[in-house]
Amino acid sequence: MAASAKPGQFLIVRVHDKGERIPLTICDYSKEKGTVTIVTQVVGASSRQIFHMEEGDSFSAFAGPLGQEAQFVKLPDSELKGKRYLFIAGGLGAAPVYPQVKYLHSKGVKIDVIVGAKSKELVIFEEEFRHLCDNLYIYTDDGSYGTKGLVTEGIKMLLDRGEKYDHAVAIGPMIMMKFVTLTTKPYNLPLTVSLNTLMVDGTGMCGACRVSIGGETKFACVDGPEFDAYLVNFDEAMSRQGMYKTLESEADHKCRIGLTK
Amino acid sequence: MANKIPRIEAKAQEPSVRIKNFNEVSLGFSSEEAILEASRCIECKNPRCVPACPVNIQIPQFIKALKEGDVATAASIISQDSSLPAICGRVCPQEIQCEGACILGIKGEAVSIGKLERYTADKSREMGLKFTNRKEDNGHKVAIVGSGPAGLACATDLAKLGYQVTIFEALHEPGGVLQYGIPEFRLPKESVVKEEIDNLRELGVTIETNVIVGRTVTIDSLFENENFLAIFIGSGAGLPLFLGIPGENLNGVLSANEFLTRTNLMRAYDSQYETPVYVGEKVVVVGGGNVAMDAARSAKRLGAEVTILYRRTQKELPARIEEVHHAQEEGIEFKMLSSPIEIIGDERGWVKKVLSQKMELGEPDSSGRARPIPIAGSQFEVECNTVIVALGTSPNPLLASTTPGLKADGRNRIVADEWGVTARKGVFAGGDAVTGSATVILAMGAGRKAAVAIDNYIKNEL
Repeated sequence: MAASAKPGQFLIVRVHDKGERIPLTICDYSKEKGTVTIVTQVVGASSRQIFHMEEGDSFSAFAGPLGQEAQFVKLPDSELKGKRYLFIAGGLGAAPVYPQVKYLHSKGVKIDVIVGAKSKELVIFEEEFRHLCDNLYIYTDDGSYGTKGLVTEGIKMLLDRGEKYDHAVAIGPMIMMKFVTLTTKPYNLPLTVSLNTLMVDGTGMCGACRVSIGGETKFACVDGPEFDAYLVNFDEAMSRQGMYKTLESEADHKCRIGLTK
Repeated sequence: MANKIPRIEAKAQEPSVRIKNFNEVSLGFSSEEAILEASRCIECKNPRCVPACPVNIQIPQFIKALKEGDVATAASIISQDSSLPAICGRVCPQEIQCEGACILGIKGEAVSIGKLERYTADKSREMGLKFTNRKEDNGHKVAIVGSGPAGLACATDLAKLGYQVTIFEALHEPGGVLQYGIPEFRLPKESVVKEEIDNLRELGVTIETNVIVGRTVTIDSLFENENFLAIFIGSGAGLPLFLGIPGENLNGVLSANEFLTRTNLMRAYDSQYETPVYVGEKVVVVGGGNVAMDAARSAKRLGAEVTILYRRTQKELPARIEEVHHAQEEGIEFKMLSSPIEIIGDERGWVKKVLSQKMELGEPDSSGRARPIPIAGSQFEVECNTVIVALGTSPNPLLASTTPGLKADGRNRIVADEWGVTARKGVFAGGDAVTGSATVILAMGAGRKAAVAIDNYIKNEL
């Protein structure tokens, strides 16, 4: 997997033999060491189990890489040289942004990164970004680090003062990507987003990850996970993402009271 | 001469009991029943059943052995042509294959060949019989993509010929559709699927799960870096088709593939497993094939009231007759000549009802079946909490798009001749990946033919 992984792709893990298959974005990879890095946060039963794993433990299934690589990976180096990219990373979204920034930096692309998080301790990859990008802007909801506010304010600040970018990439919670899209649209800045939809198999078989892109149904697992932000139906994607919410919290604490949908 | 014994029907779990569990519905023959049913076969000199079987099992011969109570001989005769008899005995559409051709069926009832095959396989497994004879290892490596029926059949024949066979499976369990698609109550996973796959391992076949050919490795890398001499693609038809009507992306609308994968592969019906599956009180299933029946009957077992919408009539239902009967016995409601036109949701984005219209049958279409035509002003609504779309599947485009020289048609089907030979040298393909969604046994037949072609190809190349 490490030999085949590219920025933008994801993998599927299953913690134990009765667990779910969960999709996680590939955060880093080393062909030499044969390793891939994933970053996760507790949201449901399976991610909680990952946190209880110790060094030397193994997943019962680990499959990938899956999905399309980031679009710029397909471009020839000559086309990338001298370009300027803006990355917007929300929360855990900094993890999948990292390999993209690393790749583009190696191709001589100029990069600015805006990182948004709830608070200081949830800002990740700060040091790594500082080494790779020209400017790093940090926003926290509570003002405990960087500027207090949302990443969208950072985008407006940069674009309003005349900063020019060839392309922007936003990865983070669905709601953040939606508002980033609304923010950049008036500036005609091409924007790519990576959709973290529900998935079962991750290989194109189930269709749980389907999203409307420009009115057409696409599968995030095989056609994505990255799409042109201006074509994404975010409201539908957010509604679909919440489909198993109640069931998920139930699996977490084994309580059947209050189960509606 | 035929004796006067009527066809023996195998016992089944009572409908009122089985809709509350996922255990196998048909209980199969007892030894007495099997011997009696076998005695009905008149051992035709030119049997019509054998050519009607996609893998040409020597049917009269194995039944003759059964008449004498000789399960070991019967099983050994079947094993010459089929590596998955416990599976085929359960899921083949016998009524249009061997049993459909049986001469007794012309004036009366065909011999219950499928149930006899199942009996032989189950019994020989209980007796611990193994048919794992193989020629000496010839040192030549063959890779197989996908561990469904096509890949398993191809792997068996090649292993018996002495090849070193490795199967690559994308999911965490081998079996393909046998694992993720066909439900436990029709095809038990532990006692049948796993056992038959274990037999393959005993033949020396290696199965590597969690490897996505086209992503983790490629066809090119298998040839160049891992020294495979030939590759068989049996990756099936995994991508679900949707209706293309408004409301299809509402919450609660899912493909039969998703629903069945959650319940079968991920065992969502068992509370010890963590993958959730949601069915409300009312479920609508759209489609009339085996997959639609499987989805409807699984939803029933999860506690839902189930309605199937099918746009033609009972006569055109593509599902096996036994599955349709079982579904009807279990209280699944069939609304024939009905086609959905819109899925309507509530304010929270969840499905609440399906708007459909009545159809009438017109002239035959390109598939040879009567074309359903909408009747003006015939719209009606069906209330539901879940809609399961079972309209068929198409092959995943991944292999064709990542393998230079491999050709696929407009519907992502890999182009191959009847022996599985593709446009790319050394690459063979068969089963649903080539034909689009079909049956287990047709895929097995294609896998077996490709095994012959691969053997010839490698001998010629060396």
